[in-house]
Amino acid sequence: MIDEPARRLDEGALRALVPRVLAGLVRRGEDFDAAEDALQEALLEALRVWPEHLPRDPQAWLATVATRRLVDARRSEAARQRREEAVFAEPRAGATDAEADDTLFLLFCCCHPELSPASQVALTLRAVGGLTTREIADAFYVPEATMAQRISRAKRALRGRRLDQPGDLAVVLRVLYLVYTAGHAGRVDLAVEAIRLTRQLALATEEPEARGLLALMLLNHARLPARFDAEGRIVTLDRQDRGLWDTGEIAEGVRVLQSALAAQRPGRYQIEAAIAALHDDAAGADETDWPQILAWYDDLVALTDDPVRQDPAAVLGRAVAVGHVHGPAAGLRETDPLRAVLGDRHRWHAVRGHLHERAGDLPAAATAYAEAARRATNVAERNHLVRQAARARASADRLSSGCG
Amino acid sequence: MPKYLLLKHYRGGPEPHHPFPPMDQWAPEDVEAHFAFLRNVREQLEASGEYVDSQALTPAQTWVRYGGPDAAPVTTDGPHPETSDLIAGWYMVDVESRERALEIAAHISSEPGPGGGPLHEWIDVREVMSHAPSSSDAA
Repeated sequence: MIDEPARRLDEGALRALVPRVLAGLVRRGEDFDAAEDALQEALLEALRVWPEHLPRDPQAWLATVATRRLVDARRSEAARQRREEAVFAEPRAGATDAEADDTLFLLFCCCHPELSPASQVALTLRAVGGLTTREIADAFYVPEATMAQRISRAKRALRGRRLDQPGDLAVVLRVLYLVYTAGHAGRVDLAVEAIRLTRQLALATEEPEARGLLALMLLNHARLPARFDAEGRIVTLDRQDRGLWDTGEIAEGVRVLQSALAAQRPGRYQIEAAIAALHDDAAGADETDWPQILAWYDDLVALTDDPVRQDPAAVLGRAVAVGHVHGPAAGLRETDPLRAVLGDRHRWHAVRGHLHERAGDLPAAATAYAEAARRATNVAERNHLVRQAARARASADRLSSGCG
Repeated sequence: MPKYLLLKHYRGGPEPHHPFPPMDQWAPEDVEAHFAFLRNVREQLEASGEYVDSQALTPAQTWVRYGGPDAAPVTTDGPHPETSDLIAGWYMVDVESRERALEIAAHISSEPGPGGGPLHEWIDVREVMSHAPSSSDAA
């Protein structure tokens, strides 16, 4: 009955299925590397079985077999070992066909430059992330009707716009980073959602900044379990219990970063990921490789012509590194030119408080922390800064009464 | 069940029960006790089924008014936080009675201050007007 030759699938068509099946698996929440390996095994199986029995729906067949492999791999420690070796041994497969990839297409639609950032974020979470309007509303603490309106206005704004052109990848990256930094407050963990979406993007484009962003998220997210104590208080990086860091996420982040850096087209996300990797790499805060971190910050501020105005956050981060490498007084000097740009922001005062404290000037540290607390826009940060101020003030008082 | 807004002020309210310095000048253990108390207030209200919302506001205050046609909005800062009735944040509770709202407000006002004793802070208690259409005719 079946016409054998007509139902044979050539290798090109088989390969064309790979990004779709892979994107499908990753979209479902499967680990990037594991899904790729499982799909590789499914492809080998296909080459063995299909010449005899070509499935009616090859894409669904691949997805099913890959899923079965993923379940097997999860059960088997040996399989996990094999997967990691395979990832180290083989560079990732080549470019995926953007046209064939609905993920990238969807991201470009949702992150259309004519939409406001809030609309881009909402639409991305709905259309690419598959979240319900209710879930997105909860995540941003707005009424569901408000979020529904924001999404439908965004969709209306897209009507009549050309969506068949490749979009602006830089906008997509910025939107995904916005989703990540919006945090993990509601029922939906936006940080995890952002990582999931960025995985999909990294599958769909060869642009190393996409992998740089994924690495940055992973390397930061790995520290989340140590970032707050049981009472919800902020624990600063230098005091975190590094045993709580997610070593799996760190390892994956480093792998993804290395593959991005190998393309030799550095950008801000790759550089920030490299800095995060150096923090993650230190067994203790005092083992942090600050000279190396400072070198990356030098690269970061060199990306813009006028970093103080165009990227003040990078200049401020660099000042902290300068403080560690060349001493707190040098670090404070680096923060001076930022006063006009960042003097109203809590972070500028907080960094100066930290540098004053390291310089041993506790009264100045207390004042700077108090100034920072007044400007904080996040309750946990505000409370943390009030504590820092009170602690510095108490130490200063103890010292002055001890000396007097 | 009526809803009440329990407003906290940075330095304002009627004549303070006793003067106290800003929190960043308290002993660290007093700061800790204060934060722990407020965390506990929220947990208690959630447990009793009376919690609706709580928010904190930054102290930066800007007044703004219409500047007229084709003119930018007119803004002014201040009066300064030290002298004003500057709102620091609120709890919104959904309670059986006004008495219960006052009881909760008084409890919040007992929050520990410097030295660990109660702050006796004034809490501004305001009833929230209902949006629900009445199920009987107005008199």
